[in-house]
Amino acid sequence: MNFAVLVFPGTWSDRDCLYVLRDGLGQQASPVWHKEPDLSAFDAVVIPGGFSYGDHLRCGAIARFSPVMEAVVRHADAGKPVIGICNGFQILCESHLLPGALMRNDSLQFRCMDTHLRIDNPHTMFTSAGSAGQVLRVPISHGEGNYYADADTIARLEDERRVVFRYVTPAGGQTAAANPNGSLNNIAGIINERGNVLGMMPHPERAGDALTGGTDGLVIFRSMIESALAVAG
Amino acid sequence: MFLARVYVTLKPTVNDPQGLTIRGGLHSLGFTGVDSVRAGKYMEIRIDAPDRAAAEAQVTEMCRKLLANPVIEDFRFEVE
Repeated sequence: MNFAVLVFPGTWSDRDCLYVLRDGLGQQASPVWHKEPDLSAFDAVVIPGGFSYGDHLRCGAIARFSPVMEAVVRHADAGKPVIGICNGFQILCESHLLPGALMRNDSLQFRCMDTHLRIDNPHTMFTSAGSAGQVLRVPISHGEGNYYADADTIARLEDERRVVFRYVTPAGGQTAAANPNGSLNNIAGIINERGNVLGMMPHPERAGDALTGGTDGLVIFRSMIESALAVAG
Repeated sequence: MFLARVYVTLKPTVNDPQGLTIRGGLHSLGFTGVDSVRAGKYMEIRIDAPDRAAAEAQVTEMCRKLLANPVIEDFRFEVE
């Protein structure tokens, strides 16, 4: 599978993504500068974490207007997978590829820590290698990950099972204490209506090597690879 | 040349932890009468436009496209 890993001025998790995809999972993956207007050579797009354009105005607000984002919209419209991680999730919301917004953490603090994510929908191209209720240990690293959407949007996301990951206790319980940023309904990751665009605040690429504290994040990239093979096969 | 003063504020329904924290700070300074604080953004934009109506139309578009996020924010501005 051939992954494009987008790089904006201020992106910082692109190398971790490239490392996990190439060295960890043996896939093709290339960094793609944000001025690139064409992504048609790629099977999947990763929008990594970081602080694109210094997070000025709002996180992801400026990156949204980079030339590559028009290509991302075309890629998504074609039904191909897009995963936005952390700042990538913020960019996807600002681009209206996903609903809602990521606001300042309710603690007002930058949170860099392990979280536990429960897979609440294993029937997606990002979670099919996992199981319903499975708990993944994946770190977060953000100051603005507090997911907000109006009540109708939240109800719709829940009804359509588009909340893919939720912050939970290690045992899988959805509690206020397990919620690191104040996100509504402990939401950590959502997909679009069509199911091919995922946004998540936690960093699966930083849970991709036993040497650095765990491999639970790999299930997400493995799901993408297996789903692509299933379609191709 | 026109000067636009743009105010971007959180929608009333959106929780504002920053405002709550500022309120707490004001309370601990002794301003016990402070009922609530809402934090927002203020921008001054100088623009060249043929007339005031054109400047206002441009600023409205700027707010809709970039300066405010309609999911969580409202905007208002004055042009002089």
